[in-house]
Amino acid sequence: MNSVNTTITSEVTQPDEVAVPVQESKPAETIIEEGKTVGKPYSDDPKFKLRDVEVFYGDAPAIKKISLDIGRNEVIAFIGPSGCGKSTFLRCLNRMNDSIDICRVKGSLQLDDHDIYDPKRDVVELRARVGMVFQKPNPFPKSIYDNVAYGPRIHGLANRKSDLDEIVENSLRKAGLWEEVKDRLDANATGMSGGQQQRLCIARAIAVSPEVVLMDEPCSALDPIATAKVEELIAELSESYTIVIVTHSMQQAARVSHRTAYFHLGHLVEVNETNKVFTSPEHELTESYITGRFG
Amino acid sequence: MQPANLLLLTLVLAIVAYWLGYARSRSLAMPLGGIRHLKSLPFYYGARAALWSGIPALIVLGLWAAFQGKVIQMIVIGGLPEGIIPATDGEASLLLSKISNVASGALPPGFVEAPIAEAAERLQALRTQSRFLMSGLVISVAVLAGFLGWLRIRPRLNARSQVESILKWVFFACAALAILTTVGIIFSVAFETFRFFGKVPFTEFIFGSHWSPQTALRADQVASQGAFGMIPLFTGTLLISAIAMVVAVPVGLLSAIYLSEYAGRKVRGVVKPLLEMLAGIPTVVYGFFAALTVAPFISDLAASMGIEASSQSALAAGAVMGIMIIPFVSSLSDDVINAVPQAMRDGSLALGATQSETMKKVIFPAALPGIMGGILLAVSRAIGETMIVVMAAGLAANLTANPLETVTTVTVQIVTLLTGDQEFDSAKTLAAFALGAMLFLATLLLNVIALKIVRKYREQYD
Repeated sequence: MNSVNTTITSEVTQPDEVAVPVQESKPAETIIEEGKTVGKPYSDDPKFKLRDVEVFYGDAPAIKKISLDIGRNEVIAFIGPSGCGKSTFLRCLNRMNDSIDICRVKGSLQLDDHDIYDPKRDVVELRARVGMVFQKPNPFPKSIYDNVAYGPRIHGLANRKSDLDEIVENSLRKAGLWEEVKDRLDANATGMSGGQQQRLCIARAIAVSPEVVLMDEPCSALDPIATAKVEELIAELSESYTIVIVTHSMQQAARVSHRTAYFHLGHLVEVNETNKVFTSPEHELTESYITGRFG
Repeated sequence: MQPANLLLLTLVLAIVAYWLGYARSRSLAMPLGGIRHLKSLPFYYGARAALWSGIPALIVLGLWAAFQGKVIQMIVIGGLPEGIIPATDGEASLLLSKISNVASGALPPGFVEAPIAEAAERLQALRTQSRFLMSGLVISVAVLAGFLGWLRIRPRLNARSQVESILKWVFFACAALAILTTVGIIFSVAFETFRFFGKVPFTEFIFGSHWSPQTALRADQVASQGAFGMIPLFTGTLLISAIAMVVAVPVGLLSAIYLSEYAGRKVRGVVKPLLEMLAGIPTVVYGFFAALTVAPFISDLAASMGIEASSQSALAAGAVMGIMIIPFVSSLSDDVINAVPQAMRDGSLALGATQSETMKKVIFPAALPGIMGGILLAVSRAIGETMIVVMAAGLAANLTANPLETVTTVTVQIVTLLTGDQEFDSAKTLAAFALGAMLFLATLLLNVIALKIVRKYREQYD
């Protein structure tokens, strides 16, 4: 079931007239209607069911009434100009916003039909199921082994040392890092290259067997070769995990994701199959963005 | 004019030079079309003129003040008639003090020989002359140099970079002063320490287990011979510091963890300054708190449990000292914990770790070297603390590990050795310097270790 919302357009700036990047938020504001998203925001088999999600920092709204489904084993990319709320929205999915005092989340967010923001909800269990990889690689200043074993140890996933060894090896293999580090598992992780560190963080995240992996611009600190490796990894992981990736690179979104969601000033403007978003966007803001008129 | 007044006058002259230089640069700039045609801002021309006027004058003043005494003495001594020219340094200084006593009027001229009275008059005259000369010289240097500096102001003159390089030297001089003072202290302590070891064997001092510094003041006095074994003092210091750390480290560290990880912004804003207020309480106040409240409480408590405790105890002093050090530990640890990148916390929390697991497994290990550094600095503080121990732990140098007994520390003994009337070259007095040197070495060692650890910690996230 796809609820395709028709665009509400009034005075539209002619694309030709916009030679320089759109700087004013006003004209964009006029062609977005709160809570209206064009394309296919809903899914038949949702992992996440998000309805009318609003996020405030203090009194300032950061996310304005977003409704979206994220399908099971889907790779969905969040794109949009800086400050559009895509990272904030991502961090709602495993309640990482909790640590920000002034951040408030409203609306209904469900993971497998259970409310994420239920006060009785165990955040620890939620985060074990919804893993996260951050923009900047953040390995702990411990050994490579201890980094990967961190989550399994906390959650008691291994009864014996051999079980733990197995989990660590499997996770590193999945992250495509095993061959590179198998001889120096005791080395400090901070001595690895940036790309290796990021893949280690991915290995660390998948070591607790999450169902969802959230990635917040995972390649923005990496060089093209490391980026290619991580993207390859995402493609492999998508067979067994639901992946939500925030990215500034439209090429990356196009390469790795099934669906792409375009955010603008806290609104979810358009969601659609990735190739559709990049070949024939329905909303003119999406079009302006992907053709590089602003962003 | 007195040197202090002269100093003030030089400063006033420098300020005048500043305004004149400022005004001149502006008046030079205006016909050219504004201050942007100057090479530097008018402020720098003013500052340059002030430095030109002030620094040479200050140097002259400093040199004059430093050497006038010696020079005048030499002239006075040199002017003495044949018969009473002193042969040794000791005689010379005796003679000089006599002369200056006469000159200052403390000793009527009638009581001394005629040549000395004459010398005193000459001394007085020379001093007055010197003062006049100094005032004249300093003022003329200030005015002349300031005028030269003022004269040389041109729009093309790069006053900014000149001021910058002069200031660099001023800053260097300040840093050098601090270092020189430290070196001076070390030398004076080292010198007296060597004198002490000339009277008391080094091994006796280092390994002796008995401390009783009472020595005969006069040759015919019946008194103990004095025993200078530093071990009871250092064990006392160690015992009290250990008790203090047992109190301060857990409380300080846990409150730092609470403040940095758990407390909300409002709570933190109130609790942190309150906690740091503990560091602002004078130690003498802690001292009587320990002596009048804590020590009796402890001895009563011990008595009620059937344990014998002295009314002044290491425990009382150590516990109160621990309370005093809490802000030290908590503040430093709080800084270190806050310095652990947020990304570490996020990484751990995102894996489903709770806050305390994150603290225990990620943040604390990462912050540990820094925390250790902070704790070692706190230990140095505890070792050097005197007032609380004087008041609450007593003066008896017992070699004991029982915290309920009276003990004394190195610093306390230094205080008691040096207070009151003392003969300055007795072993008793010199022992204070030896103890000071040992204490200095101990805290220096601790500080070096602390710095090393802190530096190692820094490398981790760079």
